[in-house]
Amino acid sequence: MSTVTLAKALNLGLRRAMEEDPKVLVMGEDVGRLGGVFRITDGLQKDFGEDRVIDTPLAESGIVGTAVGLALRGYRPVVEIQFDGFVYPAYDQIVCQVAKMHSRSRGRLRLPIVIRIPFGGGIGAVEHHSESPEAQFAHTPGLKVVACSNPVDGYWMLQQAIAHDDPVVFLEPKRQYHSGKAELDAAVGPGPLFASRVARAGGDVTLLCYGPTVKTCLAAADAAATEGRSLEVIDLRTLSPLDMDPVLDSVRRTGRAVVVHEAHMNLGMGSEIAARITEKCFYSLEAPVLRVGGFDTPYPSARIEHEWLPDVDRVLDAVDRVLGF
Amino acid sequence: MSDLIQLLTPEGERVEHPEFRFDPGPGVDEAEMIRGLLRDMVLCRRLDTEATALQRHGELGIWAPLLGQEAAQVGAGRALRKQDHVFPTYREHGVAWCRGIDPLDMLSTWRGTDHGGWDPVATGFHLYTIVIGAQTLHATGYAMGVQRDGLVGTGDPDRDTAVIAHFGDGASSQGDVNEAFVFAASYNSPVVFFCQNNQWAISEPMERQSRIPLFKRAQGFGFPGYQVDGNDVLATYAVAQAALQRARDGEGPTLVEAYTYRMGAHTTTDDPTRYRLSEDVEHWKLKDPIARVEAYLRRNGLVSDEWFAELEAEADALGVRMREGCHALPDPSPLSPFNEAYAEITPELETQRDEFAAYLSGLQGAAPEVTR
Ligand SMILES: Cc1ncc(C[n+]2csc(CCOP(=O)(O)OP(=O)(O)O)c2C)c(N)n1
Repeated sequence: MSTVTLAKALNLGLRRAMEEDPKVLVMGEDVGRLGGVFRITDGLQKDFGEDRVIDTPLAESGIVGTAVGLALRGYRPVVEIQFDGFVYPAYDQIVCQVAKMHSRSRGRLRLPIVIRIPFGGGIGAVEHHSESPEAQFAHTPGLKVVACSNPVDGYWMLQQAIAHDDPVVFLEPKRQYHSGKAELDAAVGPGPLFASRVARAGGDVTLLCYGPTVKTCLAAADAAATEGRSLEVIDLRTLSPLDMDPVLDSVRRTGRAVVVHEAHMNLGMGSEIAARITEKCFYSLEAPVLRVGGFDTPYPSARIEHEWLPDVDRVLDAVDRVLGF
Repeated sequence: MSDLIQLLTPEGERVEHPEFRFDPGPGVDEAEMIRGLLRDMVLCRRLDTEATALQRHGELGIWAPLLGQEAAQVGAGRALRKQDHVFPTYREHGVAWCRGIDPLDMLSTWRGTDHGGWDPVATGFHLYTIVIGAQTLHATGYAMGVQRDGLVGTGDPDRDTAVIAHFGDGASSQGDVNEAFVFAASYNSPVVFFCQNNQWAISEPMERQSRIPLFKRAQGFGFPGYQVDGNDVLATYAVAQAALQRARDGEGPTLVEAYTYRMGAHTTTDDPTRYRLSEDVEHWKLKDPIARVEAYLRRNGLVSDEWFAELEAEADALGVRMREGCHALPDPSPLSPFNEAYAEITPELETQRDEFAAYLSGLQGAAPEVTR
């Protein structure tokens, strides 16, 4: 079909979901005429009209709260949060209302809402534009949380999330919107949405990652290969639910695992994954599961974010440590 | 009659308003004061164009320009007293200027060396707030504190204190801003809500946020609201001055809507041609806040060519200082986030910091290129 960036793939995915289901709505700040601050919704308002691509007032709680009402009325709102740090004004609506409606109504009500959040750092931005809030949502029962890492996944996962009947927090690695392209072949259908994927096979150490760190881990695996080390890279793709079987299979073979994410390490995804690996394959482990992540400080100013974010060197350092055990 | 409070027309003619008048205060020469306001606006514009240029040269990651909003900011900024406190958004460079903040300190946030380069306590100018509307609640709470400290309505001009919160038209949609209005009204707090309605919230026009003029919302919350010509520095000064005085006198909150226009882009990453008509920009150019003051002063023989020449030299010097100084702003240490996260660092974070420090020094020995 065509070679596209992640931004374009998401745009095409949204377009196709809107074509296939007239109940799909896109809502958010600047999503209409501007096409979103990252242009993910570019051209959609022109083709689907202002009633389906809704430029909202500047109020995140309002955006998510009204999406709840629209979903209750049978629509499938896809909400755009402009930047990760601006989801917090909507946090109450997401964790107290969106997440709980199904259980409160004893399954009578469904909220098929997708909340798209560009996440992660490395773009040289000011405060609140580079956060990784995934654990806050993965910690909340009733929400599903997924993260795409490449154009093909972006295209399919977004459509699958929209078609899914539970609310989905959909994380997009903003740093990769325009970096790198991939072939999008619509004839090759998607795999399951809530499944992790082996992005690179290897036998010495398992690297676990998602979103922006997939690229970092693949680069680390390339670098390690030049030294004769073979790293397996698993793109988790789904953070809640976690798809642990491929992870456990891999760790049983390699005996060593490193989890890599940009979010703070304290109570982050890495902690959960390390705990599950320890519970399920303790006897296969040759070393403790290590985490490489953002430190437990507020996200730093842009001039030093490259020190703070996990990079290839920090990943390789952790690989050295698990191999040295 | 129009609701818009104006004291100087776009053509530079002084006009009377029944309620508000430009009063430079006792012992201050009016023409001198107006020249001072013009000087501030010209230097703020230069500061802004210089910063925009620095962004274009890759020295700043991003910049939020104030072009066209000089009168709203300088009018409000000059109406403040030393003891007053300001809670800004991210675009209040002109107010910061009036508070004596060094323009280089304004650049550091945008360059990414800092999250706010000045001392909020010493300057009474709090840190820029990027999350839309959040600061309006901080201002209201601060004002509640001022009230509790007995610093309103004492009649002492050096003690009575007002707080001002700046925000945009888009921000008026946020829950926080509406909650700030409720709290301020409920406690009659000494706070001025100063909204610069520049017509746009990135690509969204004013109509997307409100069906009525913003200043009229105040009535629904139970305090007065005014709409002032935000491109008329005499009027913004007069209205801000009156609203701040009301707060200092203990009479409670006021909403001021400074009706203006964002002449440039929302930020340096924005492309307004995607949503805005160029006719509008042309129309607003005729209302330029600087041109009208210049016209007034010149027509009335209140300013000389030498004065302008000196001002231009001053602006040029400011530009040079910003270009040289921006480049020299020091990067923070990669360990600073650890040391700054808490007033008292935790043992866990201390360990994390020390391990990272050891890792960094190990890297420097082994492979210097990876530390960049
Ligand atoms: C809570 C939140 N949501 C979204 C944003 C992204 N954003 C930055 S500025 C802006 C528009 C602000 O418009 P307005 O309040 O009118 O102020 P202006 O910049 O026009 O002065 C938006 C949506 C943000 N900073 N904070």
